[in-house]
Amino acid sequence: MSDVQFRFRADEPVSDPAVTVDAFADQTNATAVRVEPGDDARELLPHLDRLRLIEVNFPAFTDGRGYSSARLLREAGFDGEIRAVGEVTVDMLSHMRRCGFDAFAPEQPLNPADAEAAFDRWADVYQATVDGRQPIWAKRHPA
Amino acid sequence: MKILTGNDLKTGAVTWWDGQGWSLHVNDAVDVADQGAHLIAREEAAQNVFAAYVIDGEQTAEGVRPAHIKDRIRALGPTVRPDLTLKPADPAALNWVI
Amino acid sequence: MYKYDNYDQQMVDTRVEEFRDQVRRRLSGELSEEQFRPLRLQNGLYLQLHAYMLRVAVPYGTLSSAQMRLLGDIADKYDRGYGHFTTRQNIQYNWIKLEETPDLLADLAAVEMHAIQTSGNCIRNISSDQYAGAAADEIIDPRPYAELLRQWSSFHPEFLTLPRKFKIAVIASETDRAAMRLHDIGIKMVRNDAGEIGAQFYVGGGMGRTPMIGPMIREFVPLDQLITYSEACLRVYNRYGRRDNKYKARIKILVHELGKEEYTRQVEEEFQHLLSQGIEPPIAELERIKTYFVDPAYDASASDELDLSDPDFRLWVERNTEAHKQAGYVIATVSLKPVGGIPGDASADQIRLMADLARDYSFDELRVTHAQNIVFPHVRKADLYKVWQALNAAELGTPNLDTIGDIIACPGLDYCSLANARSIPVAQKISERFAAKQEEIGEMKLKISGCINACGHHHAGHIGILGVDRKGKENYQLLLGGSEGADTSLGQITGPGFDEDGIVNAVEKATEVYLDKREDGERFLDTYRRIGMAPFKEALYG
Repeated sequence: MSDVQFRFRADEPVSDPAVTVDAFADQTNATAVRVEPGDDARELLPHLDRLRLIEVNFPAFTDGRGYSSARLLREAGFDGEIRAVGEVTVDMLSHMRRCGFDAFAPEQPLNPADAEAAFDRWADVYQATVDGRQPIWAKRHPA
Repeated sequence: MKILTGNDLKTGAVTWWDGQGWSLHVNDAVDVADQGAHLIAREEAAQNVFAAYVIDGEQTAEGVRPAHIKDRIRALGPTVRPDLTLKPADPAALNWVI
Repeated sequence: MYKYDNYDQQMVDTRVEEFRDQVRRRLSGELSEEQFRPLRLQNGLYLQLHAYMLRVAVPYGTLSSAQMRLLGDIADKYDRGYGHFTTRQNIQYNWIKLEETPDLLADLAAVEMHAIQTSGNCIRNISSDQYAGAAADEIIDPRPYAELLRQWSSFHPEFLTLPRKFKIAVIASETDRAAMRLHDIGIKMVRNDAGEIGAQFYVGGGMGRTPMIGPMIREFVPLDQLITYSEACLRVYNRYGRRDNKYKARIKILVHELGKEEYTRQVEEEFQHLLSQGIEPPIAELERIKTYFVDPAYDASASDELDLSDPDFRLWVERNTEAHKQAGYVIATVSLKPVGGIPGDASADQIRLMADLARDYSFDELRVTHAQNIVFPHVRKADLYKVWQALNAAELGTPNLDTIGDIIACPGLDYCSLANARSIPVAQKISERFAAKQEEIGEMKLKISGCINACGHHHAGHIGILGVDRKGKENYQLLLGGSEGADTSLGQITGPGFDEDGIVNAVEKATEVYLDKREDGERFLDTYRRIGMAPFKEALYG
């Protein structure tokens, strides 16, 4: 289990073990679940109020299903911790943040200076996602 | 013979293992026997080369000739632009590729 | 054409700095090649047969003359004095150094250009109709919608690690000049019964190993839902596209395996959900983009007369120019297929000449076509002769648009590490063999791919040629009857393949069958569709 290296939340980190999506349905006292790339994150939607932590696994950094999982969980209103685990690299960090990840536990610890530069890289963004950032098109046309 | 080829990380140039380093010229390529994988691992780790692989070649009168036409084109340059190849003044170079 | 505002400029500048930092970390060893590869691909940098190849984006094929001039300068400054225009309206340089790439990208950014997402498993350059904004038959200029989609797709955080590459084309006429239905998403702008403009979506087309024509999945998406609908299509693909097999990872496989109805159902469901998420730019943003695509300041008194007494000029006008929607103007195509030449290649000097001519005679604008030619979209007839003379003097005046000399060919084994066979020498031989018969044969779209990845679009050629590896030797299959227009069809293989000389002879036999059997006004494609494969097979194989 890798340590959380970056976290953008004020509350206490959850240290409960994360159960699988399959197991979660039967475990009424679990507060943490881990979503694998092949899982349908929407199976968790009826149970979001039970969850404090959702880990999304990237077994290979090239498998981008986790970005959709995180984003749709946020779109459904989940405001607990969404933690990226597995093969998390510096160059994915800002994209993950935009998709709703607020904690990062890379398998291989990342260079903190590189990570900070990556998080702060983009002063503006073209798309509206779940991170609350105002996209360029909104800045161009203030309501 | 088994020879190693790859690319230079900074420039992208096609290179050939010459026994001590990476040459731009296929005729410098040496037979690596069964040491290919080991050499590749070492040389890629040292960043002397990347995307390296082992190919078959044969020693001929003109020098080292890769077995597959793709690697011969890599060794020489594009057949349709002789002026951009390593042997722009050599009319026999195209025959060597094909 | 579109001009960056400060936001757009900052995005490309930031991207250059991001890549500069990534290169630094690669050269220092902090980043492995495995980690670096997707990053350099998403900045257009491939490791190719001879060196790194850089693919620069030409968004929906539109360029200003300043941009074109820089492309010529880049060929001199960073490469070997030439560039290659591709079947997706981009330009490629074959000898780029990694250590120089950040500076090259900075030079591009200074003229509002980039190489963003021209490779990698992400949304690629969005292509369009090379006659957009000039064609008499379009219902509206498709390019503002392509620009809206370009911004939406650039650095889209959810869609940068798709199962595979993703290609979108946007058109706005019945005549499909962009092979729209052979794209992952093809969009046709249409007018509904109420006279409103909207987008018709086709999803799951493509060429390559398993060519498929994209089915229509939505007849009309209103303009104020264009981004939301696109997002739904991509999200379903990102979640459910196959990731177990690289050769089955395109969206066409997903659509095929789910079936059009089920894929559509999933998209509509996702779309309904996304409507509540506020991800659609306001219509004001589309209107803002459209202000860059208004008609140029045409000379209303421009004469519609053209002196065609010079027979070479007349031939070029008849072949290479199209009617313009504005009286007194033409759309002129510059052929990059000189007889015996390398299709799509242009020297730095030729590129700069085209830039200058566009500046002086085409309202500062050029287009790249997916047939690897260049278009001057708005040339006054009064200026056409001197434009042609200048082009002709630079070997850019070949009058062969859409004829057998106008060959589309991928770079093939001379340049590409994926190729099985060389494509350019075959193109050169065919070009030379048929130079004298071009007019007799008439309309002919001959396309050559050096491997099954089909970058030469051979499935969509009236005559298609596919290079294969047969027991270690180059071999070529002949296909007939492909078409990329509104009547999209996929070419059929004639039978066993041929060697290099054999394939040229085979093309000759196929054209002889056509010339023998054609009825009034039929193109090769029409005759083939009427008489079928049998007479051709007979002639080829006896």
